[in-house]
Amino acid sequence: MNKPLRRVAIFCGLLVLALLLRDNWLQFVRADELNAHPKNRRVQIERYANERGNIIVDGKPITGSVDSKDTFYKFKRTYTDGPMWAPVTGYASQAYDANQIEKIEDGILTGNDDRLFFDRTLAMFTGEKKKGGDVVTTLNGAAQKAAFEGLGSKTGAVVAIEPKTGKILAMASTPSYDPSSFAGYSAKDEKAWVALEKDKNKPKLNRAIREIYPPGSVFKVVTAAAALENGKVSDINAATDTPEGWKIPLSQKEMVNHARGCANASLNRALEISCNSVFAKLGDDVGRDKMVEMAEKFGFNAEQFTPVRSSASVYDKKADRGGNALSSIGQFNTATTPLQMAMVTAAIANDGKLMKPYMIDELRAPNVDLLKKTEPEEMSRPVSEKNAQLLQQMMENVVTNGTGGNADLKMDGVKVGGKTGTAQHGDKNAKRPYAWFISYAKTAEGSPVAVAVVVEDSAGTDREDISGGGLAAPIAKAVMKAVLKTRG
Amino acid sequence: MSVVTNTTTIGAIEAPSRRNTELALLAFAVVIPVFAYLNVGLAIDGKVPAGMLGYGLGLALLAGVAHLVVRKWAPYADPLLLPLATLLNGMGLVLIWRLDQSPRLIAAAKRSYGSFSPDAPSQMMYSAIGIAMFVGVLLLLKDHRVLQRYTYISMAVSLILLLLPLVPGLGADVFGAKIWIRVGGFSIQPGEFAKLVLAVFFSGYLMVKRDALALASRRFMGLYLPRGRDLGPILTIWAVSLLILVFENDLGTSLLFFGMFVIMLYVATERTSWIVMGLLMAVAGAAIVGSTASHVKSRVAAWLDPFGCLETATDQNMLNACDQMTQVLMSFGSGGILGTGLGQGNSDLIQFAANSDFIFATVGEELGLAGVMVFLLLYGLIVERGIRTSLAARDPFGKLLAMGLSGAFALQIFVVAGGVMGLIPLTGMTMPFLAYGGSSVIANWALIGILIRISDTARRPAPAPAPSPDAEMTQVVRP
Repeated sequence: MNKPLRRVAIFCGLLVLALLLRDNWLQFVRADELNAHPKNRRVQIERYANERGNIIVDGKPITGSVDSKDTFYKFKRTYTDGPMWAPVTGYASQAYDANQIEKIEDGILTGNDDRLFFDRTLAMFTGEKKKGGDVVTTLNGAAQKAAFEGLGSKTGAVVAIEPKTGKILAMASTPSYDPSSFAGYSAKDEKAWVALEKDKNKPKLNRAIREIYPPGSVFKVVTAAAALENGKVSDINAATDTPEGWKIPLSQKEMVNHARGCANASLNRALEISCNSVFAKLGDDVGRDKMVEMAEKFGFNAEQFTPVRSSASVYDKKADRGGNALSSIGQFNTATTPLQMAMVTAAIANDGKLMKPYMIDELRAPNVDLLKKTEPEEMSRPVSEKNAQLLQQMMENVVTNGTGGNADLKMDGVKVGGKTGTAQHGDKNAKRPYAWFISYAKTAEGSPVAVAVVVEDSAGTDREDISGGGLAAPIAKAVMKAVLKTRG
Repeated sequence: MSVVTNTTTIGAIEAPSRRNTELALLAFAVVIPVFAYLNVGLAIDGKVPAGMLGYGLGLALLAGVAHLVVRKWAPYADPLLLPLATLLNGMGLVLIWRLDQSPRLIAAAKRSYGSFSPDAPSQMMYSAIGIAMFVGVLLLLKDHRVLQRYTYISMAVSLILLLLPLVPGLGADVFGAKIWIRVGGFSIQPGEFAKLVLAVFFSGYLMVKRDALALASRRFMGLYLPRGRDLGPILTIWAVSLLILVFENDLGTSLLFFGMFVIMLYVATERTSWIVMGLLMAVAGAAIVGSTASHVKSRVAAWLDPFGCLETATDQNMLNACDQMTQVLMSFGSGGILGTGLGQGNSDLIQFAANSDFIFATVGEELGLAGVMVFLLLYGLIVERGIRTSLAARDPFGKLLAMGLSGAFALQIFVVAGGVMGLIPLTGMTMPFLAYGGSSVIANWALIGILIRISDTARRPAPAPAPSPDAEMTQVVRP
């Protein structure tokens, strides 16, 4: 009987071998896939197993963690001034995952990041509880408050940037939501989430970086920059060759001017009163490719990572002549995020140097050791210093004499430049136009702040620039004031 | 007489007893689980668990008693079997105790039953009973060949045991599988014991019938087909295993019994045709049952595409099966190569039956690929020692019994581990020694006891042959 016995022994060996192979397949080959499977709750459990690190503004946390007395997720996220900070923090929900900073810096916040390995090991020996690290933002609490309160019950967004460094000082979006309302996974959280999902005002949408709006007249500063850089205009006060009733190329229509006195207006004057014909013609003179080049130097047609991703702003690369002319005054296919317009303004205010916008200043270990500090980084130089100063001169003129008067800070030693915009949109411009305002403040030491404001539901006035100046400019003013005040 | 240093079980002459080897190995088998216990305590509470001394002493006491009994009553037994079983049992206790600490399982138990009682203490008690069973086997069964006398009684007993769960009032339908009976306050899984008794019956029956089964057959298409009347018992076993499958919803047990029978038949008759026939009958049975029983269907669906069938499940039963399967797979997945460490995994997400049918997933998650492979090899070693015992046994009954028991053990490991890891459809069987369950622990200790008894007989030195007076006279004639 020994021969079949040996064979059975081999058979049993094969059974064990099959199990070993299967186990290797499961735990070695497929481990990552199974681990990352959306049905796997372990990632979420791990995320809330320990007290999560905080997101910090002005040295104070704007987030927190409470013991939720739950057997699955031990800690629950809380937010201070949730709606105000939501566009910055994003949310971290036990049921609905996380987004924005909460998601991007999850490793630091949970303490699972490799850079925290040493801290974890140390904590293991000292018997301390595992804790997450902190994310220190570049934001300015006062500016954020001014932006959020300025928007109030209106729908819109504000982005403020420190032009010298690219630090984002404010990022507000309304209507907003409170991330605390669905931080858990109870029925109440689900209700709050579903209500937000169904809300047709889209409170969860971060309008500051994820929505692209037609920029309207505020885009004219880009066209002006292109005209200066390409030598189409050298003296901003010289008359341009623009007939009143300039015909749009490849079209029978004429460009409509809401302002009077646009015929042959100088660049400076045209920006001051916002002449469509002058800028449409300049855009046409510069040509599509050069316009695209200029727009892209400012950051158009690309997603920005702050590190939270923004949508890409659009300047149409394939427009025909007529389309290009319309694009040059911020209509047709041109669309931009508030962040993008803040970048444009910041680059001009910073004498032509565009700094990469960022909102995470430092990552800190639980023991407050610095893990990473973001260094300001130059992104591009869209305009020369000289032309940038010419642009500043024109934008300051807009505030002093033109449509941007509502943004004038009237502070000693502070110059303010700005540009209004009212972007018509919708079929036959039937929808209520968007009110835009971009501006910067400048002192002797350079510019501390550049702001872009968009308000969606401007009351339907057909005067091109009144709404931008009336609705959006006061918000920009409040934000600039807040930044200047906190700088002392 | 020279001492032959022969380390294999086969060496019959002057094999060293190896009792001290066994003692040394047992020390490891006790120390390793004690450290694992400490590890769990530190990981969960951050302090040395209070019951550690008691646990260590208890395990050492049980192992010590077992060892002393083996030393006295089975001195030539295989030295590996007892330490392997002790190590597995000890680790099983640690894993069950670890799952007892899970706040999620405690909360779930409180929700469904209103109260929670830890399983580790009862498992400790079952282990003690199991070792008592082991001791009882060694004390009462002085010679395994005695069991031959009970061939047909065994058959009757095993059939009764197998069919008991079907008796109304006695059987208990626990989550779809009718493999339990309730006696007083205790639930017993008679199938676990039937495994032992059935092996005794097969061995006795085949020992008598092997020549008839092997030789009286006709050759047909290159295969030796048995005569019709010899086919009877085989068909009976096949039918019984199908009955178990259909009426008790127990895929594992029916596979186990039929597989064990085919293996023993093959070993007894040395005819490959039995294997072919066995396989054919198994496939036919599987096809019949697979297409009719919904319980089996959902298991197969969960096996084929666990994540997909969460969406396509047609009923609650199937949904549960699929959900369980995905949880188990994710447990293994998140264990990775080295595992999360004892007490630091989330295998309790499996919820129901985490510490019984699915305990292997906890091994997978917390000890990782490395740990699972160690456990599989430990089980493999038990099977290997069993088959060696069978090879060494001098009597056909002992050979067959040892083979049957180790073959059944190997099949059970394969069916359970393979089911949990998604290699084959899941069945409701328990991982021997590791899983929570009294019947399982007690029956498997009895199994180890029988194997030790057979190996003791096999390795016992043969009486020295009487010196032949003719020896001197024999001369080699060289050409």
